[in-house]
This record gives sequence, structure tokens and C-alpha cells, in this order.
Amino acid sequence: MSAELPGGWVRLHPLSPLAKGGRAVAFAFVVGGPPQLTHGTPPLPVLLMDLVIVALVVLGGVVSWLVTRWRVADGELQLETGLLRRESIRVPLVRVQAVDVVRPLVGRVLGISELRLVMAGSGNSKARLSFLPEQRAIEVRAELLAIGAGLAASTPEAPERPIASVPNGRLLASNLLNVQTIVIALFLTLTAVGGLLSSERMLPLLAAAIGGVFPLLHALVGRINAEFSFSISESPDGLRLHSGLLQTRHETIRPGRIQGVRLVEPLLWRAFGWCRLEVDVAQQRSQEAGAQSPGQLTRALLPVGRRDQVDELLQLVLPGAVLTAPAGSAVPTRAKRKAPLSYRWLATWHDDRFFAARTGRIQVKTVVVPFAKVQSIRLTQGPVQRRLDLVTLHVDTAGRHWSAAARDRDATEGHALLSSLPGHARAARTLASLG
Amino acid sequence: MTYLRPSPRLWRCRQAQLATVGIPTAVAAAAVGALESTQVAVAGFLVAVAAIGTVAAVMHRRVLAWGYAERGDDLVVRRGVMVRRIAVVPYGRMQFLDVTAGPFERAFGLATVRLHTAAAASDARIPGLPAAEAARLRDRLAALGEARAAGL
Repeated sequence: MSAELPGGWVRLHPLSPLAKGGRAVAFAFVVGGPPQLTHGTPPLPVLLMDLVIVALVVLGGVVSWLVTRWRVADGELQLETGLLRRESIRVPLVRVQAVDVVRPLVGRVLGISELRLVMAGSGNSKARLSFLPEQRAIEVRAELLAIGAGLAASTPEAPERPIASVPNGRLLASNLLNVQTIVIALFLTLTAVGGLLSSERMLPLLAAAIGGVFPLLHALVGRINAEFSFSISESPDGLRLHSGLLQTRHETIRPGRIQGVRLVEPLLWRAFGWCRLEVDVAQQRSQEAGAQSPGQLTRALLPVGRRDQVDELLQLVLPGAVLTAPAGSAVPTRAKRKAPLSYRWLATWHDDRFFAARTGRIQVKTVVVPFAKVQSIRLTQGPVQRRLDLVTLHVDTAGRHWSAAARDRDATEGHALLSSLPGHARAARTLASLG
Repeated sequence: MTYLRPSPRLWRCRQAQLATVGIPTAVAAAAVGALESTQVAVAGFLVAVAAIGTVAAVMHRRVLAWGYAERGDDLVVRRGVMVRRIAVVPYGRMQFLDVTAGPFERAFGLATVRLHTAAAASDARIPGLPAAEAARLRDRLAALGEARAAGL
């Protein structure tokens, strides 16, 4: 299928330009389309322009396909691309944080998938193979992960053991029981009522309302799309996450790459005993066209589930971590005056391996961070806190989405933590580098 | 734990920075006021001077608040007046260091040393170090960082 080149180099799938250009072609039709519809028969120049755009996109895609080649050698993924500006990308596989197989809608139709390598640090994530035949993508992923783990490249993909899955009914229900969704519904209802009162303003009002809630709506649809038919399984090379409605995604998170986990308990879910477990890995901040990935979505280990499922999962990713605040972890009563809403949730606790902090007003969030991953520890004290003799302790990791913040601790306790935690972190780091 | 402090020249450097912004502002306030009347011009000038004085007082306290300590395994940086911050950064977590000196700092023979870790939030910088001290700190931190480097 993919033409073999000298030196073990391989081309991507020949249909790649089509899948890559699909978006651009659709855009061309959207831009060129409406005038055609309104004018009955399409005027020739518009039609020609469409054709030229499509031809250019396809030509560009074919050229980029012709000059792109990749191979796996010396423990690296090597990728060469570019016609005018030649680029050579080398990805040391030992440094790979996670490997995703992403299949956009067009890709699913054509039977091809994209392989994305998630790296730490900042910069553009050009470490991707788009596209490979579906079966080949899965093989290459197994190969990359095997080399990254120091095994022979031919090691077959490790067997996986299913741990948990989320029924789609529950996923939909949980997304509807969301403050955002309720805001959308309320907004649209109010607009409809307003429209009924003055019927000639109905349409503009509705249009404005939809425009107003569009970001929320987009996020909601994006979340459902990304987390539909979610399942997670365990395998020796890491945790495997499968999900997606239109665009399917298969991720592998390697053990020991996890920077922190977060338990989220929204107000409306508590009645059902539901919660959400998210994971943070060291990942590039993607400043490039975020359109490819569903925005700033945090990776959920479990989009919605019962507490016992969460505890089971947690023991797999961070064995020994505790998500329940033990006695004596609460903040002093005077913190109520500074944080009246979140006061009753604020708590922090730690043992010699994990630091945990709970915050939140309406949504309760518990962050657990392994000491071995701690990058820095910070103590801050604002003017109000100083009057009340309180401090906030931040424990930072290389994770992208959150850090653990123990808010409004007693100042003496905070300073004691600031002097004792670096020792814990050092011990955990030494242990991690030995084992 | 005793903190080392930035050079006393940092305060002079900040004064110079403030003067380059403040004096033209005060003159402009007076000039705009002069279009109206002399009293307004004087009032405008006085208000501008008062504002500059307040900023200077805040700046002075902030300059005094900076402090850093090199401990066995980590660097501690203290800063801030309104919001007080103390950051502890282990040497092994250092990704890279940079030493910068803007035009004002250069004029006073000062430099800023900044420590970067893989976490975006850990902001450890020490402004107003004499150039020699900045170079010493940079070399020492780089050596310690290399000796204690840890994976992500």
C-alpha cells in the first residue's frame, strides 16, 4: 500500500491528501455555495473559482504527500516533510508521553487513521503521522510503544483488560445535568418567551441568542462527541482509552507519565452519586490550529461514573492515593470569612507519596499529585489572608491543566508544609529515579 | 533561613525607570492644565507628583521584599508586598536558566536571573543582581541542576 523507498523510508497513505484537504474542500463549497443557491443556475466564474480552489488544495496535498516520508530507526520516529522548506523531525520514543490513534469522520469513511505522539514541553506538536491505513496505525502504535518501553520492535501489541466503560445514556444525562446546559436552555427559553411577546422580533432575537450561547453549545457538543461510547482498559504498555462519536480516538497513556489526577463532583451530579476522574500528563501547549483536537478538553479517565469505579481506577493509576479528605484536613473556621462559598470543601492532606487538595464552590474538585512529579512549591498570601493569618500553598507539576492548591491554610501550618514538602518531593524523586 | 537580597542599586534603577515615565507625565499634566489657567496647571502638576510619589513608595517596598536563598537542594525566592509569595524550586527540576538585562538594568550594571521548570506556574526570578553575582548564581545553579537532574 505505502510505497517502500530506499533506506527503510515509507510514505503515508495515498489517500492522506483527501482526508487532510477534506476540511478545505468543504470550506470552499461553503464559501462558494450560497451564491449558487440564491442565483438559481450557478454563474460560471463562481463554479470555476470553486474548481480552482479544490484543484489547488488537492494538488498541494498530493505534493506534500509525495515529499513526506517516515521511518522508525535508532529508537526514534523520523519524519521528513516539506517541498520548499524541508523539515526533518526526530522524535525520541523514550520521551513519548502518550500515543493517540485519531480517526476523523473522513478518515473513518476512507479507512485511514492518524497517529499522534504526545510529547512533554512546549512547541508545536508536529509529531504525527497523518494518515496510515487503519490496521497499520494500530501496529505502528504498538511498535512505537514497545520501542519506547525498551522492548523489541516486533513485540506484539499487549493484550488489554477492560476496566470500565460509560453507558451512553449516562453520558448524555450527565452532560444535560450540567450548569452550562442549563444556562443554554434557560437562555433559549427566555429568548423564545421574549420573541412570543413581540413576534416581529422573534427571528433576530433567536439568532442573537444562538450566537450568544454558541460557544457553550459548541463545547457541549464537542464533549459529547469526544466522550461518546467511552471505555478504558488496562494493558502492560499503559492505560488504553477508546471513545468518540464522529471522530474516534484511541489513546494510550503510559504508566508513570501521569502528573496528577482530579476528581470533579458537580453539584447536580451529587444526587446521582456520579463523578468524573480526569488525568493530566505533561503535554505540549497546542497553540497551533486547535481545530484538530477538541479544544482544551481535559482527558477523562472516566467521564462519568460511580465513586467505587473511580476508586478502582485510581488504585490502578496512582496506587495508594486517597480521594477522601481525612479528619483534620479542613481549614480553620476563620477561613469562612475569606471564602464563604468554598469554605466547607477546602481541605488538604498528604502522605509520603501523594499530595492532595480539595477546592470548589459549586463543583467540588479534588486534585491528587504524586510527590515524584512536583516541579515547585509556592506559598502565597494576599492582603485578606494576611489579616486572617491564612496562606495558600501551590504544588506545581508539569501537567498542563491544573496544579494542586491548598487554599486558606493556617499560616503556621502553611509554612511548616512549605519546609517539609520539598523533603517528601526529594525522597519520592530519588525513589522514582532508582526504580 | 537568611535571605540574600538584590543589589541596593536595584532601587536606584527603579527610580530611574519611574523618572523617565513620571517626569514627562507631570510636565504634560501641567502643560494641559496651563491651557485652562495657572491654578489648574499647578493642581495638575501636584496631583501627578502625588501619584508618582505613591508609586515610588510601593516600588520601594517591593524592591525591599525581594529575597533569595540557595539551600542544599533547592532555591527559595521571596517577593511581593500586597500578595506575598515564596517559591521553592528544586535544582533538579530546572529546565533552563536565563540571565537578562534590559537597558535600565544594564546602565546600573544589574541583571535578572530567571529559572524555568516544566511547570508554567513556578515563576522563580531574581531581579537586580550585580552582573558578577548573576553570573555566579547562573553557573552555580546550572551545575547543581545538572548534578541533580530528574526526569519528568
